Amino acid sequence: MKIQVYGKGCPKCHDLTHNVQEALKEIGKEDKVEHVADINKITEKGIMLTPALVIDDEIVSEGRILSVDDIKKAIMDK
Amino acid sequence: MKNSSKFLISIAVFLGFYYLPIELLPFRNPIFEALALAKWYAREHVLLCLVPAFFIAGAISVFISQAAIIKYFGAKAKKILAYTVASVSGSILAVCSCTVLPLFSGIYKRGAGLGPAIAFLYSGPAINVLAIIFTARVLGWQLGFARAAGAVIFSIVIGFLMHLIFLKEERERHAQGNFAVPEEEPSRPLWKNAIYFSSTIGILIFANWAKPGASDSGLWVKIYQFKWFITAIFGIVLALVLISWFKKDELKKWITSSWEFALQILPLLLLGVLVAGLLLGRVGHEGIIPSRFVEKLVGGNSLFANFFASIFGAFMYFATLTEVPILKGLIGAGMGKGPALALLLAGPALSLPNMLVIRSVIGIKKTVVYVALVVIMAAISGIIFGILVK
Repeated sequence: MKIQVYGKGCPKCHDLTHNVQEALKEIGKEDKVEHVADINKITEKGIMLTPALVIDDEIVSEGRILSVDDIKKAIMDK
Repeated sequence: MKNSSKFLISIAVFLGFYYLPIELLPFRNPIFEALALAKWYAREHVLLCLVPAFFIAGAISVFISQAAIIKYFGAKAKKILAYTVASVSGSILAVCSCTVLPLFSGIYKRGAGLGPAIAFLYSGPAINVLAIIFTARVLGWQLGFARAAGAVIFSIVIGFLMHLIFLKEERERHAQGNFAVPEEEPSRPLWKNAIYFSSTIGILIFANWAKPGASDSGLWVKIYQFKWFITAIFGIVLALVLISWFKKDELKKWITSSWEFALQILPLLLLGVLVAGLLLGRVGHEGIIPSRFVEKLVGGNSLFANFFASIFGAFMYFATLTEVPILKGLIGAGMGKGPALALLLAGPALSLPNMLVIRSVIGIKKTVVYVALVVIMAAISGIIFGILVK
């Protein structure tokens, strides 16, 4: 599974990344979280509001810090 | 570190400065000035101004649908509407440059184009509620108002000029598909949100109603006499609104997001206050930089003073809100009101690091033109403002 957090590196992006890692740990997966900070890549993806969570190239959330539970649900649904 | 311990530390630092026994210190020098200034901010501006402002900023980010605004920036959106929304939406969408830049890039490449993108880029950091409230409170309402009005007018003018200057390129460039607008269901009708926001803003305005001067009369004085009464009415309205219309879950989100703003902004702001105190001292006292230097460079309302302030502001990086204590220090040391506005209009919108990011999105030529437009217009408005308030 490919898990990416898009954002220019503000505190909110770090919080989202942290929650994703936490969610992965709770599920027992060892996938890496990739952080995409390049602004042109963020735009190419069609993301307007950061931080955004992208799982397997699909935008799961934009402009919000998802909770650990929400992220677990999103990963399970894949 | 846990949030609760971070919260306790913030309270401890605040109380520390609030009750700082600076009179007992044996020295009178720049370090004394830095501490004294921090104490003054802790006493005068934290509880009544910053704390409510954080709650308002938090409420905006949680309860106003950002998606609803972004749709006005789409490739097919009406241009006039796109400019108008871009010039004011910073007050709702943006608090830090990390939000502004992805939106700017998206509007430019996939949405309404260069003009509205530039308008948003410029007004975003300048017009956010925290900045306007704090500027008006610390530097006076004239500067706060001039900053807000200047930011809105500037952003439209600069955006439109950029559009005209690069008209040919814009026509040849085709938008690369639209962007997706995330869908959200509004949880409460608009009028309920309107009452909610006006009651929070009412509390903020009337709790901070400034003491009337000797020359003021009439309504201003009357309102001042009853300010706590008026504030209390707004407080009761807010309490009723919260109890009857809001879910517990929403309130929790509101508190969390307000706390995040506070956590993000306060440490840097404290640092800004200490540096301003160290370098410039309080009003009527000197820090490390002698007042005559400040007066020579940016005193009065000359062409040089205004341009110096606007160029300095354009390249310097200010963390959110720190421009305010630094300006307060500069004004205390003899900076003119005109150059102060020039710095306010050029400063938060631009900095060397964000110029580099902008360049990677729109290229070097457009970036240079944009920076030049901002610097020149900021300086000119400074001169006009300087003449008006004299």
